[in-house]
Amino acid sequence: MSEAVHHDPLIALVGNPNSGKTALFNALTGARQKVANYPGVTVEKKIGHVMTPAGRRAAVVDLPGTYSLRARSPDEEVTRDFVLGRLAGEAPPDVIVCVADATNLRLMLRLLLELKQVGRPVVLALNMYDIAQRQGIRIDIEGMSRELGIPIVTTVAVRKRGLAEVLGEVDRLVGAEAADVKWREPSAEEIRAAHRDAVRIHKLYVKPPLRPDTWTGRLDAALLHPVGGTLILLVILFLMFQAVFSWATPAMDLIGAGFTWTGNLLMQVMPPGLLRSFLVDGLISGVGSVVVFLPQILTLFFFIILLEDLGYMARAAFLMDKMMGAAGLHGRAFIPLLSSFACAIPGIMAARVIDNRRDRFATILAAPLTTCSARIPVYTLIISAFIPNREVWGFANLQGLVMFGLYATGILGALTVATVIRRIFWRGASEPFLIELPAYKVPDPKNILRGLVQRGEIFLRRAGTIILSMMILVWFLSSFPAAPAAAAGPAINYSLAGILGHAIAPVLAPIGFSWQMTLALIPGLAAREVAVGVLGTVYAISDAGHGATLASTLAGHWSLASALSFLAWYIFAPQCASTLGVVKRETNSWKWPAIMFCYMITLAYIASFATYHIAAALGAG
Amino acid sequence: MRELFASLTDGDGALPAGAALSGAFVTDEPHTRLGAMRRGAKGVIVGIAARPGRAHVIDAHELERRLLEMGFVEGAHVEILHEGPIGRDPIAVKLDDTRIALRRDDANAIIIAAGKGAQAE
Repeated sequence: MSEAVHHDPLIALVGNPNSGKTALFNALTGARQKVANYPGVTVEKKIGHVMTPAGRRAAVVDLPGTYSLRARSPDEEVTRDFVLGRLAGEAPPDVIVCVADATNLRLMLRLLLELKQVGRPVVLALNMYDIAQRQGIRIDIEGMSRELGIPIVTTVAVRKRGLAEVLGEVDRLVGAEAADVKWREPSAEEIRAAHRDAVRIHKLYVKPPLRPDTWTGRLDAALLHPVGGTLILLVILFLMFQAVFSWATPAMDLIGAGFTWTGNLLMQVMPPGLLRSFLVDGLISGVGSVVVFLPQILTLFFFIILLEDLGYMARAAFLMDKMMGAAGLHGRAFIPLLSSFACAIPGIMAARVIDNRRDRFATILAAPLTTCSARIPVYTLIISAFIPNREVWGFANLQGLVMFGLYATGILGALTVATVIRRIFWRGASEPFLIELPAYKVPDPKNILRGLVQRGEIFLRRAGTIILSMMILVWFLSSFPAAPAAAAGPAINYSLAGILGHAIAPVLAPIGFSWQMTLALIPGLAAREVAVGVLGTVYAISDAGHGATLASTLAGHWSLASALSFLAWYIFAPQCASTLGVVKRETNSWKWPAIMFCYMITLAYIASFATYHIAAALGAG
Repeated sequence: MRELFASLTDGDGALPAGAALSGAFVTDEPHTRLGAMRRGAKGVIVGIAARPGRAHVIDAHELERRLLEMGFVEGAHVEILHEGPIGRDPIAVKLDDTRIALRRDDANAIIIAAGKGAQAE
């Protein structure tokens, strides 16, 4: 294709994991990026736009990190097929930018040799070049460029250095003759040969560091210490949960007060009637009680992104591998499971890093049991209504402790389910645990902020679309048909919601659920946190209890045993249609979400039944 | 050569000293498997001999390729940096200038010439 490129040139970023590929992508595209999915697969597609020095508008794609084009997971398949131009619905890249950690070139050079066989123009970006310079690594860029036959530029993505140079090379290479694809899956001997070649090039053009990074070794001595390291990991996890509770509170109070104020204002300025009821009881009370949990979700993601960028996640996987292995899972399953603490949906999608199908499916099936952030609103509400806020043992907060217990039960549940699957249904067959422990890096605040904004947007979009429509549906169900004029008791008893709640109630009565609780579960299927909004709506409408907080309303209506039973239900129940949907997509079959739904609802019923009856027997009924 | 390694590594524990191995990286040092090494032990890789069976679904050939791709290649220097908290498993290995974590069971596929003599370039 010697003719000029008429479409916007397409740049593909390829590199090892931890090469700073995503940092370079962020530096190049800034806010002009979006996250979508590749058609047919669920691998996240990050695409952005950039202006080259020659004035071309180029599209940049951040491909999943890989050590080789020999794909071992769906993510790596996307990378391979994309660079080979084989991915359905995607144009082949005009230029491949191979992003390398300048302090860690050896493995990347072998990948680069593979990329050269693809036949498309390649630029090598030596990223984190400032760190390489600080360590005194001397790289003969000219010599290496001549040897490899490709242009090399140096970049410092987090400082936005070298971006124009990368794009300048892209300008020069766009429209260059694309050679034939010579790449095919290499044999072990070919990998050995390529590695020898890479080592030879590395020896010739890269002089070892004068001042090697000693921090990583020193930190690892503590963080990977068999006893100390494990304790530090537990402290970090404990701190995460406490932070989610205490740090987020002021912001939550502020948001909560804002929504209450708006509701009260509307109550004053608007005449009573259907519209006011809709705005105050449907819209504001529903969305408000969901948005109020944004601070907690952001706090949790702050920790997850921070630990990821720090390079600690791989260490956590190292420390947890044996425990995960005991449950028949791969050490890498720790990362999807940890992500599931924020939300099972990214967690289930993150399970794609596990190559083996059975390991992956076992992780997916277990993931929804870890406590996702959508459960936090439910947990917080019930805990604040029923568990006294006082100190125990001089340092811990009783409410925080109960929360910790709920998390622990979720983790144990997930591990038990995984064990049962891997040890009983699918015995044997585990995947090698083989991960790089990257050098520790000081996280880039901008990157953390970008990640937080992205997560916040995703949460708010859910709150704004699914949840809002659910809230309006619930308001409708709770308001129509209107109660007869001579009605006794709350109007909601006569509504569609009341009829529905009453219909299902007998099934859930043995586990201590009232019809209001049952009613909250139905729209709660759209998203777990919706249950809080529904309870708000149901009780706000039935009691007109404005001013009183929902928690104190619940404390007046529910027994402690029912409340604990409700918590137990939320640990296990498949209360999230989106999770089932994403499992269907990830496993490409309705069989797995069906299995997941059945096992979860069975566990939930048993757990709630036991909790309710034990608590009632102990006098909490 | 792979078959030879496989026959040498059927049992547990170190290989016999001076085991008859052909190839560029043979030394007089005793050979052992990476999975049998303790924290602080150093050596040079002399071969990859993934054995079929064990707990894996991936075949020996696939494990060999994965190890190669992560840089476990004949001639590479290794040092055991850390051992996991439970059962000293997995291990963190300094592999030339990278750090890789893997389980001892998989590390057993990697044959090491251990000791001082193996340190010489």
